[in-house]
Amino acid sequence: MATLDRIARSLLLTEIISGMGLTLRAFFKPKATINYPSERSPLSPRFRGEHALRRYPNGEERCIACKLCEAVCPAVCITIEAEPREDASRRTTRYDLDMTKCIYCGLCEEACPVDAIVLGPNLEFATETREELLYNKEKLLDNGDRWEPVLAARLKADAPFR
Amino acid sequence: MTDFLNSPIGVLSLTLAQALALLVPLLIFVAYLTWAERKILGAMQLRKGPNVVGFFGLLQPFADAGKMLMKETIVPAGASRVLFIMAPMLTFSLAMIAWAVIPVNEGWAVADINVGVLYLFAISSLGVYGIIIAGWASNSKYAFLGALRSAAQMVSYEVSMGFVIVTVLLCVGSLNLTDVVLAQKTVWFFIPLFPMFVIFFISTLAETNRAPFDLPEGESELVAGFFVEYSAMTFALFFLGEYANMILMSSLTTILFLGGWLPPFDVAPLNLVPGPVWFILKVCFCLFVFVWVRATFPRYRYDQLMRLGWKVFLPISLIWLVITAGVLKVAGWLPT
Repeated sequence: MATLDRIARSLLLTEIISGMGLTLRAFFKPKATINYPSERSPLSPRFRGEHALRRYPNGEERCIACKLCEAVCPAVCITIEAEPREDASRRTTRYDLDMTKCIYCGLCEEACPVDAIVLGPNLEFATETREELLYNKEKLLDNGDRWEPVLAARLKADAPFR
Repeated sequence: MTDFLNSPIGVLSLTLAQALALLVPLLIFVAYLTWAERKILGAMQLRKGPNVVGFFGLLQPFADAGKMLMKETIVPAGASRVLFIMAPMLTFSLAMIAWAVIPVNEGWAVADINVGVLYLFAISSLGVYGIIIAGWASNSKYAFLGALRSAAQMVSYEVSMGFVIVTVLLCVGSLNLTDVVLAQKTVWFFIPLFPMFVIFFISTLAETNRAPFDLPEGESELVAGFFVEYSAMTFALFFLGEYANMILMSSLTTILFLGGWLPPFDVAPLNLVPGPVWFILKVCFCLFVFVWVRATFPRYRYDQLMRLGWKVFLPISLIWLVITAGVLKVAGWLPT
């Protein structure tokens, strides 16, 4: 009887028809496609993209060269050298970030006591050469200046959960 | 004017004009079939498919064609150059030649010959040569294995397809494709011969190397089977040939089972629609099912494919042929 049942099922193409019904239903469903460059999926305020070094509103850079980020970085992609400036405040003379090594874990952002290094919302920083991905302090501060309004808003939105 | 049309040059130019009138729309149809396939496949996988080049991606086929034309034709070292270039041309021209006997409307076939079905069958069997030659001439073991698989598959399914066609011919009593359609005035053959219709349709899937029988191509495991070594226009010719074959097989299904250019019911609003429109609609429906099947089913394993062809379709079609012949004889419905 079981054999008969199996033969009948395969000859009457029941499985095949139900399978085709499934794809036909999918055919009329709304599509999940997002037309990427013109449409974008929403980004969480916690999204970890391209790094930036922020400044205070008066233009002073936040980073105090405590090297916590360098210490915590699991990929060892941050290199910091520091010495006192003319006004005796301690500042970095060099802040290099190797974006090809970075694993975007965001530990540097969490370690930073002054919210200087942050991971921004930018995810489109592909370059044509590897060298362009070896960021220096100038590039990171530049990023910070460019994204500051967004960065501040993101930090504010995420602050209650930190 | 009539003098000119009866002279050899006149006949030649008239035939040429008819062939062009058929082939140019056909090639545009092929181009848009590739577009439609990607759209339908996309929709069934909850994607949108091509939608950037032109409205709804309608210019996509032309962008693809431009790309193919611009690329370099690479002939592998050690390949048999002449055969290597000839194989895609053979495949493509065979796919085009077959259209000579397809009646899109009553009396619209370029060559309304009395052995239309045999002609089609012969041409589609010749299609194996393009594949074998391509596989052999590439001088690559993968291409050769792909060609062997492909050839074996096409030959296997042609057998049961042959029996299905014989069943239809028993009901018609003629090998002329126009007569086959006209014999369906009362009822389309897919209703009385439904199991044969299903077997024929599945066999056409295997015959055109389409999913779920696309293991000669097997894009996810073999890259491309017999045409791995092909690039640019030679590849495009295989591609065009494959899609033209799909349309050919769909129109054969339409002619044999779905009543060709005949409307579903011979009543006022339906029979006012011109025949070619019905024909194209039916072909489009068949092609939609081709793509629908591709979107639904996983690929067959090679032994399953052979089992289905030889151990399932062949006996069923053979038995059904005998049953049909018996019923026709006993009921006295045999056409004279």
